[in-house]
Amino acid sequence: MDYYRVLGIDPKLQLNLNELQQLFYGRSRELHPDRFARAEASVRDAALQESSTLNDAYRTLRDPLQRAEYFLKHRGFDIGEQGTKEVPPELLEEVFELNMALEELKDGDESARPQLATARDHFAALLAQSDIELDHLFAAHDATPGEEPLKQIRGLLNRRRYIQNLLRDVNGYLSN
Amino acid sequence: MGTFQIDFGDAAQPERIIGIDLGTTNSLAAFMDLTGPEIIAAPDGARIVPSVVALLEDGSLIAGNAAKARLAQHPLETLYSTKRFMDRAASPLKIGNRELTPPEAGARILLELKNNAEAFFGEPITKAVVTVPAYFNDAQRQATKDAGRIAGLDILRLVNEPTAAALAYGLDKRNSGTIAVYDFGGGTFDISILKIQDGIFEVLATNGDTHLGGDDIDSLLIQIAIEDVATEWGAPISDDSAAVETLRQAVIKAKEQLSFALFANIDLEYNGKRYQREITREILERLIAPLIERTLAPCRLCLADAKLTHEDIDEVVLVGGSTRIPMVRKAVENLFRSKPHTELNPDEVVALGAAIQAGILSGEVKDTLLLDVTPLSLGIETMGGVVTKLIHRNSTIPASETEHFTTAVDGQTNVLIHVLQGERELVKDCRSLARFELTGIEPVPAGLARIEVKFLIDANGILNVSAKDTRTGKEQSVEVKPSYGLTDEQVEAMILESLTNAESDIRERQVREARVESDRILGALESAKQSDAWFELPEEDKAAIQTAHNELLLAYHGDDHRLIQAHMDKLDKASLKLAENMMNSAVRGALKGTKI
Repeated sequence: MDYYRVLGIDPKLQLNLNELQQLFYGRSRELHPDRFARAEASVRDAALQESSTLNDAYRTLRDPLQRAEYFLKHRGFDIGEQGTKEVPPELLEEVFELNMALEELKDGDESARPQLATARDHFAALLAQSDIELDHLFAAHDATPGEEPLKQIRGLLNRRRYIQNLLRDVNGYLSN
Repeated sequence: MGTFQIDFGDAAQPERIIGIDLGTTNSLAAFMDLTGPEIIAAPDGARIVPSVVALLEDGSLIAGNAAKARLAQHPLETLYSTKRFMDRAASPLKIGNRELTPPEAGARILLELKNNAEAFFGEPITKAVVTVPAYFNDAQRQATKDAGRIAGLDILRLVNEPTAAALAYGLDKRNSGTIAVYDFGGGTFDISILKIQDGIFEVLATNGDTHLGGDDIDSLLIQIAIEDVATEWGAPISDDSAAVETLRQAVIKAKEQLSFALFANIDLEYNGKRYQREITREILERLIAPLIERTLAPCRLCLADAKLTHEDIDEVVLVGGSTRIPMVRKAVENLFRSKPHTELNPDEVVALGAAIQAGILSGEVKDTLLLDVTPLSLGIETMGGVVTKLIHRNSTIPASETEHFTTAVDGQTNVLIHVLQGERELVKDCRSLARFELTGIEPVPAGLARIEVKFLIDANGILNVSAKDTRTGKEQSVEVKPSYGLTDEQVEAMILESLTNAESDIRERQVREARVESDRILGALESAKQSDAWFELPEEDKAAIQTAHNELLLAYHGDDHRLIQAHMDKLDKASLKLAENMMNSAVRGALKGTKI
């Protein structure tokens, strides 16, 4: 995996962000095109390619969600948008009620507003919870790497993305 | 003695890189001195080159102070604030009976700075770091690079103005922390937030408006003044461009005074008529409040993008002439709730930073590194006029993204990619950068071709596109059609003819000077060979001198003055022992009271 290689670290899912930043700064000092301004064209081009990979790597790995997606992709998982359209079974009931409230608000029934606000808070809490869960799954995978924890991570990512889209919609309606 | 110059200086020094602030109103050049960055003054001592270009009666173009002096008398034969048109690089501006594209106008200003620097150092200058507003898009950056090429300057790096200012403040030496740079200049506004640690300047986010600056304040005031003058004089002046230009200068003067005083006079004398109007700071503030408010929205967005609040900002730096306005300072102080830095001259700080970046590139400045970002998201047009984002704004540059393309029709050999920059969802709301055409694709059934396209934003914030046919592994050719900028061929045709001559003139002169110096050294060596000291010299030293002598003769007939200089120095070193012997025998002779 290029992104781990260019930063010189083992491919793990749990990363210390402070350490990651120090590694990034250190590697930037070595690879940045500024260091090769007087070199010949081929060297300059290599520095450009390598430092863009480094920057792409840091941007991806410092974000747990992007990091997980990158990791899954390189382990052969399909991380496309499909799977995020289906309602996660445990959320079916809540989503059904939420949609009802949304319809009421659209029809001008302002009494649905408090219910929506409650729903929003609930989904925001779920989102925060899923971040903690994700970190646990990262740890589990790093301890015993394998297919099973990765599958769970993919499931959680899909669920998380679904909640996030929902939250965005609700916020949109509430602010109108 | 002094027969041989003993100089241990480095002969083949790498070429000097200067730093340039190519501003909307004023431009400056600076260099890295032993003690720090310094402004390069013109031969007459002027530190600032006004960004004004003028067409003279004989058809020649001039730039700088002399051009500015002609503004009031010849407003139609002068151009100012041309930086504001860099996003329409291919659209020419009228100057007298001629037309000049914005990059050509920029090139004239760069040439003036280049000439000043060449006079200052007594050597040709062809390499520079040039600053641009952080919020400049790809087209504006490309146009700036083109201006350099036209002026015969190889722009090694475009660096963002607020980032350059942060470098000049040297905040890294004092502490590490998070700083905001508020840069309100003549034509553009930028806000950048940086994290500084151990000499690394990491830009977290940037925002701005490339068409908001002191010029807009001037326009507001002029509009009102034009009407007022017309009422007082009983005749409109708006059709008289010389009168309007004279009024503009009077208004600017009053505006500048109001930064230090509570009252000022707009004082216009034109064609024997006079107009005077007192303006108070209070009135000015009421007029410009909406413009200042327009700078605050980008500041808030920038904080949000950096995922910070005003409490996280340790220090604020003010850059640009418009930050002299007390109301601007107050607004910034209120927003960030900390007293901003104003120690350095806001007109010079960007050029000084550019010189430091030049020092980073040349290796003179160590341990300091800028990690800047791209200000705008980059995307491509997809089905239904929608923009698919590939590289998001505030990504550290260089940054890249790879996309795969295929063909839609059997036997299709070309694929057109439309690249856009901006934050909006639809093509019509984003800025079209260029159309890249992948040509010469192997004709295969639809959907079978596999073209991998790499979009890479380099350290200048400029997009590079390369493509590969992944089935054959062959590099795919990419043809670029800029949407608004100049093509390579157009730039090539604009490269100043006179300029290339001027450069070869300098080179010729340097070769001639080096040959004169060689003649002197070779002559001295010939006469030294007649002395006792030569005969006392060990054979191996004699051989070394002879080799250096022959090499110098070879270089002498070439046209590289550096090579000549290098071999002169080599001969100097080889003949050290000889010079010493001659010195000793001269001393001995003196002691004995006899002549050699």
